[in-house]
Parts: sequence; structure tokens; C-alpha cells
Amino acid sequence: MKRRDFIKNSIVTTVLAGTSLMLGRYLKLFGAGLPSPDLPYDLVAIKGTDPVVMFDKGIESLGGMQKFVSNGQKVVVKPNIGWDAVPERAANTNPALVKRIVEHCFNAGAKEVYVFDNTCNYWKNCYTNSGIEKAAKDAGATIVPGNSESYYHSVDIPGGKRLKKAKVHELILDSDVFINVPILKSHHSSRLTIAMKNLMGAVWDRRYWHANDLHQCIADYSTLKQPDLNIVDAYNVMKTNGPRGISVDDVIQLNSQLISTDIVAIDAAAAKVFGLEPEEVPYIIKASEMGIGTMDLSELNINRIIL
Amino acid sequence: MLSPFLKKIRVVIALIFFTLTLLLFIDFTNTFSITLIDAVLYLQFVPSLVKFINLLSFSIIGFLIIIILTLLFGRVYCSTICPLGILQDVFLFFKRKFKKKNIYTYRKASNWTRYSIMIVTILFLIAGSTIMLIFLDPYSIFGKITSSLIRPIIVFINNLTVQLLSNFNNYSLYPFEIKSPDPGSLIFSILFLVLIAWMTIRFSRLYCNLLCPVGSFLGFLSRYSLFKISLDQTTCNQCGICANVCKAECIDILNKKVDFSRCVGCFNCLDSCPHNGVHFTFKRPLNTLQKQEAPNLSKRNFLISSGLLLISGLGISSITNAQRRSRRRFVQTPIRKEHPVTPPGSISINHYNENCTACYLCVSVCPTQVIQPSFLTFGLKGILQPKMDYSANYCNYDCLRCGEVCPTGAILPLTLEEKQLTQLGKAIFVKKNCIVYTDNTDCGSCSEYCPTKAVDMKPFRRNLFIPYVVPEICIGCGACEYVCPTEPKAIYVEGNPVHALAKKPETKKIEEETSDEFPF
Repeated sequence: MKRRDFIKNSIVTTVLAGTSLMLGRYLKLFGAGLPSPDLPYDLVAIKGTDPVVMFDKGIESLGGMQKFVSNGQKVVVKPNIGWDAVPERAANTNPALVKRIVEHCFNAGAKEVYVFDNTCNYWKNCYTNSGIEKAAKDAGATIVPGNSESYYHSVDIPGGKRLKKAKVHELILDSDVFINVPILKSHHSSRLTIAMKNLMGAVWDRRYWHANDLHQCIADYSTLKQPDLNIVDAYNVMKTNGPRGISVDDVIQLNSQLISTDIVAIDAAAAKVFGLEPEEVPYIIKASEMGIGTMDLSELNINRIIL
Repeated sequence: MLSPFLKKIRVVIALIFFTLTLLLFIDFTNTFSITLIDAVLYLQFVPSLVKFINLLSFSIIGFLIIIILTLLFGRVYCSTICPLGILQDVFLFFKRKFKKKNIYTYRKASNWTRYSIMIVTILFLIAGSTIMLIFLDPYSIFGKITSSLIRPIIVFINNLTVQLLSNFNNYSLYPFEIKSPDPGSLIFSILFLVLIAWMTIRFSRLYCNLLCPVGSFLGFLSRYSLFKISLDQTTCNQCGICANVCKAECIDILNKKVDFSRCVGCFNCLDSCPHNGVHFTFKRPLNTLQKQEAPNLSKRNFLISSGLLLISGLGISSITNAQRRSRRRFVQTPIRKEHPVTPPGSISINHYNENCTACYLCVSVCPTQVIQPSFLTFGLKGILQPKMDYSANYCNYDCLRCGEVCPTGAILPLTLEEKQLTQLGKAIFVKKNCIVYTDNTDCGSCSEYCPTKAVDMKPFRRNLFIPYVVPEICIGCGACEYVCPTEPKAIYVEGNPVHALAKKPETKKIEEETSDEFPF
């Protein structure tokens, strides 16, 4: 983004929002002044038998959670809690993994950790039956509802081609650190749901996305500030009938996990883990073309850990 | 004698029943257990009676208990259990707060009106129509008022509190969406509230002794009650104090008589008498006064009233037909549903229409709020009855709540397995409205939300996927219709007039070689 555009935008939003508090929110979204952590790898891929241990090893190889979370910060963890389904059905992110991530955040000095999703099914059942509410609370996180428009605030997307505006959950706008924890699944709308698609759960008005070139909207939204860290749960993977699934028959065990700050790279790698080429998922191509991240895995410095 | 305590006992019981019933209809958090809901509503006369006729099960004898209670002590039901009766007492309480004193005077009984309303209600019920109860059953009126008017206010206050708290990063409470209701049903709920409030302020408990079919029925029974209120013919000096505190306005001080068929059992008169001349005692059934006031229902009068009712009914239905016709002329949507969808467990539109008294308890408890009050969706026969409104939301695949709470058996309880195979309707795909067809972009919301994958995707044009429906496994939950982003909808649920059995979706265990290596 050009400096001039940025200033112009700030002025417009100041006028619109009318308060310096709101301005602060918007500034954060454009990623102003956020140093990207100096990391040894672009992507860490882990295979193992326990998602918790896998995350421990993976984050350690990146230098630990303190690379992303510093003392006193406010962290939001956004898993996929979209569906009223038990963990075995792999429709939602593994609760044990969510719990471990929250623990790492607190260990790194986080003041508060929030967990939420704008669910597809009735939100209370999703939170309970996914096991994520309990897991997150056990680790000390605050569970926040995403079920009401009042939590969402309109944000401009200057880099978007079809999606020019979105209503974003206030936690995404207010937090210092945003950790995106999707689960890899087949998806009847977008082919696959991984990291970029998971961000649809941070906005309110997603029906618009479906009506206005879904793949382009997914890519457009990622032109906003990206999550500070993406962790893809690919341990149990829903191979068909996604994203909701019908039964555990839809699920196979791929024993994998991916960690990266590059949302396009992690989606491309996850697509390969799933058994598709990244080129088969239109929003990955679009996002790569828009320069949001790197789709070509050969360009990346990948740490492969097999436990 | 218990007499001095009777009023206090009445107030305590009334407050307990009223508070619980009120909370049932307000509880948007779904905290009340089914056992508690059943227990609170067990004694509601009309729901219990309708459910008994519906199921012929002898576990449903709440109404019988009330009949026995009335034959013993008179219409104590009207002042302790009936929520609308107590609501009127609440109005009177506040009226007393603003005006120094409510002074009542004896009013002549309108026996002809009240008993003909009662008989017409019974005849309609026998003929399989609850329409009279929809408009006159006190429990259902109370439900409509609470669910449509009081509940949204409480939810609104809750939502304000949530917003306030979220400013302080406190997320312990959560907001709840207020769906805009069908204007027709909302107007009726407001009308009910206004009419009841106005009647109460102006004529105190006249509703109970003029319009309420339950009041008239129990009143008729209480002519034969064992215990009755009477004036002591020797000590009574006709000072009229007892008549002045009688909400039912049934103490005829001139003749020193009490029309016990209109007494709502509030017991306010008992300790009002300075000479201790009002008694609640064992009485020989049928005294002379009641014989005098026995209903005089000539055949002719009855025919006239029935005729009038029929004409007014026809009038209303012709109005609605006219509305429907004119609506069709203006609306261009290609989607025209032949049948509305009724909640899971309601068996068929007929069963549902014949048993629902429109109390809106299902509307209040439905977690997704897919159950919404209707106005004329079911025609005059099911006026105001709730419907499955897929523009509001869709039916939760794992929820059984409406069937569990329905007190009349219009919606019968299902097991989870039954519910997940109960086909309320079938999804119909309208290709020419679909984004994939019109815009050449992926969408697939409908298939994404479908719990059985009755809506699945198949390859379409170049590199796209378009929905198709497998009707046998569709349960008509409405998820596809609700999430479809187009207007008019590209997929909608056509209701089954009689709910059908859906096939269980077939699943096959995914078998795939997994590698120990990374594919990159």
C-alpha cells in the first residue's frame, strides 16, 4: 500500500468513525508498523502421532511462541468452530491443539487470550460439542460469542477486487496478535477450507461473498492484515462431504500439521497434504497473483519434522 | 378455619405459577429443563385437554385435576394457575398503586354470551378446529403476549447489557438476535394485550366471566362445588364492603347472594367483612339463586350466534383470499410454495392445525428461531399458528426442543434418530436463480450447510460445481434455503402436507493410502 493511499484512507476513516479509538482499530488492520518476526523458516510441516507434541516441536523450531506474542499482549485465537459436531468428525479444529496454543500464548506472556468463531450451526452447540469451549477455558482463555452483528465493525478493503468492505469481529480489530487455527477439510463451496477460508469466520456478512465470486472474495479479504501466525490442523482430515460432513466415515488420519506466517504458502502446502494441487483451488491462485503470499513451495524454506 | 390464610395462600401459589410460566416464555437462553417445563404446564387446562383428546393418554390428566379441584373449591384455577388470570390481577395491582382504591360493584351475569361462547368453542374443538382457542384460551393468549411482546423487550435489555460489557472486554453474557415478526401476528399480540389490559382496568375480571371458555366451563362446574362462598344471612347488614373488593363483581349485596359460578376464587372477600359474615364453607349443591341464573339457551339464540360466527368467519376468509390474489399480481418471484412447513413432530399440516392453540412456547424455546408466528400462512384454520420460517433461520439437525415442550401435542416429541429422518419437506433447486449458473462463479452454500448432503455438488461448465438435490435423503430442514445468497432463492423447501420418512444418508468409509513423507 502506498503511503499516500494510506494517509488518504486514514483521513476518510477518521471522518467516518469520528473517534481516535476507531482509527486505532483500522490502523492495526493495515499492519502499520508491525515488524515481521525474523524467522528461521517460511513454513514448518510436522508429521506425528499427537497434535499437541507436534505443535510443541513445530513452534519450537520457529523460535517459540515468544516470537509472535510478547509480554502483556492481547491475543485472539480463531479456530474453526463452524459446525455442531463432535471432535471425531474433524469438522472443527482439534480442541487439544487449541488448548495447547492458548497455553503457549500465556507462557509467552500474553495478558489475555480470546477464542471465537462466527459459526454456521447454532453457535452454542458448536462451541460446546466441538469441545473447544471447554478446552480453551481450561487453558485460561476467554470464549467470546460471534453470533451477533453488534460485534462486527465495517472495514474498508482497499486492495479488494470484488470485496471492498467487510464487517469484522471486534476482537480481530482490537487484538495485538491474531492466530489463525483452521482445520483442513474438503469444502463444497470453495473446494478446500484451510487458512484463508477460515477467515470467513471472522466476518459477519459472508453471504455477500458467496453471491460475488467466492474465490475472489476469499483472496480479497486476505489483502487486509494477515494473521500473525497460521497453524493448520491436518491430523484428522475430512476428505468428502465437507465442510459439515455426515459421519466419521468422511474422515481419514493424515497425521500432519503446518505452521507458517504466509497464508498463501500454508494453503498451498495443505492442499498438497490433502491430495490436491494448489492450482486446483481457485482462491489460492488468485491470492498468489495478487501478491498476498507465495504459492510456489519450491521458493520456500521449509522445515520438515517427522516425529 | 383456614379462611384468613386463604388469600395469602392464593397469592403465594399464584406468584409461583405466574413467575415460572412467564420465565418459560421469556427464557431465550434455554436454561429450563423439559421436566420443569412439563411440570409448570401440566395443570394448564386447555393444553392438557387438547393433548388428552389428541393422544388419549391417561398420563395427561392435568385438566381432570382442575375439574376435581373446581368441584371441590370452585374456580381457584382462575386465580392461582391461569397465567392470564394472574396477569389481570397484576394489572389490577398496578391500578391500585396509581388510584387509591379499586371499588367494584355487582354486575349482572352475561350467561347467554358466556355459555354460548363456551359451547361454540367446544363444538369447534369437536369438529377439529382450535380457532376459538387460538383467540380465547387464556393460556395461549398469555403465551402470545409474553412471547411476542415481553420476550423481545427482555432480549433487547440483554443485548444492551452485552454491548456495555463488551466495551470492558467482558464476554460473560451473549446477545440474542431479535427476528422481526410477521406483522399480522404481532398486531394480534398487541391487540390481545391492549384488550385484556383495557378490559381489566375498566371492568376488572370481566374477560374471565364473559369471553373465557375455560372460565365459563369451570364456572358451570362450580355451581356444583362442595365448598362455596356465601354471605351470612343473619350477620350481614348489607354494608357492601365484600362486594366492593370482589374482582369478579359477583356478590349481590342487595339479595345477600354470591354468584359462585363467576367467583374466580381470589378470597379477597373473606376477611373483608367487619362482621365476619363471608364464609367459605361446605354447601349443598345448587342453591336457588343459581337455578334462577342458569343459562337460558334457546335453540334459536344458539343458531343465531352460530350463524353470526360463520358469517364473520367467511368474511375474514374472503378478505384473505382477496389479499392473496392481489399479492400474486405484484410479486414477481418465481418461487411459489404450495405448502408451508410445520415443525418436526407435527405429523401433518392437518394434525398441526387441529391441535395447535398458538401459545408460542415453541417460538420462545427454538434456539435458532426458525419457528416464527404466522398470520395466515395456514389459512383461517391455522391463523396465528407458528410456522417454519426459513427466511429467519433453519432447523437445527440435532435439536428436539419444540416437540419436547409443546403442551398440546400439536408437535409431538421425537427421538433424535426419528427427527433426523423426518422429512418436513423437500428442497427444490431453481437452476436459473443459482449464482453458479448466472454468474459463473463457485458458491455451494446450500450444499455446505446440508446436514445429510441431500444437496450435493456436481461438475458444471468449466471448472465449476453446481448443486443438485437427492430428495429421498432431504429432511427439509431449510438450511439450504436460509443460506442461499440469491434473491429470489435458488433453492427452497416445499413443505410436505404429511411428513414423510427420509432415507438415511449412505456413507462409505474413506480408504486411502497415507504416506509418511510430505508431498512437497
